Amino acid sequence: MTQLEDLQRIASEETERRQGCRHRLCVCIAAGCVSSHSDQVQASLTNEVKRRGLEGQVEVRPVGCMGLCSAGPLVQEETSGVLYQHVRQEDAAEILDSLDAKPVERLRCDSGQPFFRRQQKIVLENSGVINPHRIEDYIAAGGYEALVQALTSMKPMEVVEEVIRSGLRGRGGGGYPTGLKWSTVAKAGGDKKYVVCNADEGDPGAFMDRAVLESDPHRVLEGMAIAGYATGADMGYVYIRAEYPLAIAHLRTAIRQAKKMDLLGNSICGTRFNFDVELRLGAGAFVCGEETALIASIEGGRGQPRPRPPYPAQSGLWGKSTLINNVETFANIAPIIRRGGDWFASIGTAKSKGTKVFALAGKIRNTGLIEVPMGVTLREIVFDIGGGIPGGHRFKAVQTGGPSGGCIPEQHLDMPVDYDSLREIGSIMGSGGMIVIDETSSMVDVAKYFMEFCMSESCGKCIPCRVGTHHMHGLLEKILEGHASAADVAQLEALCDMVMHTSLCGLGITAPNPVLSTLRHFRGEYEGLLQPAGGNGHASPSPAGGA
Amino acid sequence: MPIGPFKPAPPSDDKRWKIVAGTMRRHGETPNALIETLHTVQETFGFIDKDALRFVAGSLRVPLSKAYGVATFYHHFQMKPKGEHTCVICTGTACYIKGVPELLAVMRDEFGISPGETTADNRVSLLTARCVGACGLAPVAVVDGDVMGKLTASQLRERVGRCVRDDAA
Ligand SMILES: Cc1cc2nc3c(=O)[nH]c(=O)nc-3n(C[C@H](O)[C@H](O)[C@H](O)COP(=O)(O)O)c2cc1C
Ligand code: FES
Repeated sequence: MTQLEDLQRIASEETERRQGCRHRLCVCIAAGCVSSHSDQVQASLTNEVKRRGLEGQVEVRPVGCMGLCSAGPLVQEETSGVLYQHVRQEDAAEILDSLDAKPVERLRCDSGQPFFRRQQKIVLENSGVINPHRIEDYIAAGGYEALVQALTSMKPMEVVEEVIRSGLRGRGGGGYPTGLKWSTVAKAGGDKKYVVCNADEGDPGAFMDRAVLESDPHRVLEGMAIAGYATGADMGYVYIRAEYPLAIAHLRTAIRQAKKMDLLGNSICGTRFNFDVELRLGAGAFVCGEETALIASIEGGRGQPRPRPPYPAQSGLWGKSTLINNVETFANIAPIIRRGGDWFASIGTAKSKGTKVFALAGKIRNTGLIEVPMGVTLREIVFDIGGGIPGGHRFKAVQTGGPSGGCIPEQHLDMPVDYDSLREIGSIMGSGGMIVIDETSSMVDVAKYFMEFCMSESCGKCIPCRVGTHHMHGLLEKILEGHASAADVAQLEALCDMVMHTSLCGLGITAPNPVLSTLRHFRGEYEGLLQPAGGNGHASPSPAGGA
Repeated sequence: MPIGPFKPAPPSDDKRWKIVAGTMRRHGETPNALIETLHTVQETFGFIDKDALRFVAGSLRVPLSKAYGVATFYHHFQMKPKGEHTCVICTGTACYIKGVPELLAVMRDEFGISPGETTADNRVSLLTARCVGACGLAPVAVVDGDVMGKLTASQLRERVGRCVRDDAA
């Protein structure tokens, strides 16, 4: 049985243990840094500490993502805050030598640069700080307090109200008000309900959810358990893509640890609340991120969507009322319960509250993971935090929302980033992938890239999406090869309109977005590729040109 | 009374079928366990062949046609054995913007394989992935589990070339 006092005892033991160590070296072991061999760095630092007999004085702690993936492997000395980049295993001795002396200048990474300074962390507050393999680390950072608080001093409806008050909107892309969804499920009848965490992260160029799960898995489990209590569900599933082996491993460990401490399972914290969590692995199908397809996949079938309504909140897994939220959405829950909905609502803009995690990549100096308050401008993200475009190239556009999103050109860089502003200019917030494109890329090619993606990921159930994406892809190829005329562009636009309005699920409905947004902002690039058919080769204005 | 539940025997006495049976048991041997079981088959055998599919479908009481439908719907499930070496090229957005087409061209022109194919001598299979989550290091390929970031065409040529030659000796 775990009570608030137990958590506090674990937390203070943990703090004491840590303070026993004079120096604490944090090594990023999330997938980004592991790809540049941070596991070897961790091993050689640990060996070097052992060799020098410094155990108990110097802690080498594996931690989650520190954000600046392009400078990995990253190592940070916690007490002094000194950050090292591109560390190699050979550097271990030098780093240890430096602990009581001057930092190793050769490896220094400026931790005061705008990349770090301009961020505000809620979801990632523990990323790069705690050891994701240890539940004690999470508890020492205030973990599971919110769950115990909800279970022992709040009624389920009060939890829902707190989430409503926070103004949190779904981070999976749609931006649906989370509190509203919770209250629908809470009010739904039935003997059994489910909570599902959508960790399918299908946008090809986004890794926010992966980083959260690798860096701080307990935070997501805690959010799910609180959701279970608030809605009356006793079973949760995390649907996670098989391509994320590290995140899967960390989650498995976390579930085991939480069960052992009665923070998951039966009679959580000695109350009558039961909540169990199991993993279900995706198998490489983008459409399975769509909630009804995801449900079909958990049930063991082909991941094909079905028409809504009924929404999963009414009839989901095995026909029962089911709450589906994204990883990042759940990751926001514990802080909201701990610090109150009003606190959360004080961050961000009028209609988009809190922060958003973005995966910054493409032609940009600082690639990696960032968390910023809603409402910052794209310019701040690209030029201050991201450090601008490398190689003396010119900024051309930033792509948000992946295959369902659009490209935002330079003239909109000063627009605040929130759900509604992005939609207004023909893109979407999406789940948080942000790809910067410079003048060397053709926007028509970018549109073709996403269309190729949608074409091969279409599940084939409805004809507009299955056949429409194929034809649009063909037309884009024809344009790129220089064989197309203005009539082809007109046909492309007509197809966009048709697929958007007649497809069954979000995949088809949004598949034309990358084409429409590039046509809207970079029409000249399309026209430059056309054959001068008869007259002057100008494409005729089409009714489908708008957002 | 119809005949009681019929449990098919494993396709062979290979010990690994016990692992597969274990997964099915853990999930209560219901049709819901189909995808989890296919994951186990692929993990233990490297791919899912017809015998495996028949065994799994029979054990979980799923029509073989449905099991086949599910196995072929998901990109992750491989119905053919892979070559001795695998090269996975990330075709996610960040990697694409940073030059995946050149990498695919190397594989096609120098080694004669397109995504999903294996060289005739069975040495190297080429697969693609939609973002392996290392966008900061784009473009990325994973050769035999080894992640190679900021990859150039010549580095890829050299690395895959080694796979082809190594065992040729
Ligand atoms: C084609 C398609 C793919 C999607 N992929 C994802 C995904 O990878 N992750 C996700 O959280 N939501 C995804 N969604 C959105 C989900 O359907 C659902 O709205 C979301 O998980 C709800 O959680 P939220 O309210 O917390 O955002 C996708 C939707 C569509 C139409
Ligand atoms: S797009 Fe290649 S690693 Fe993300």
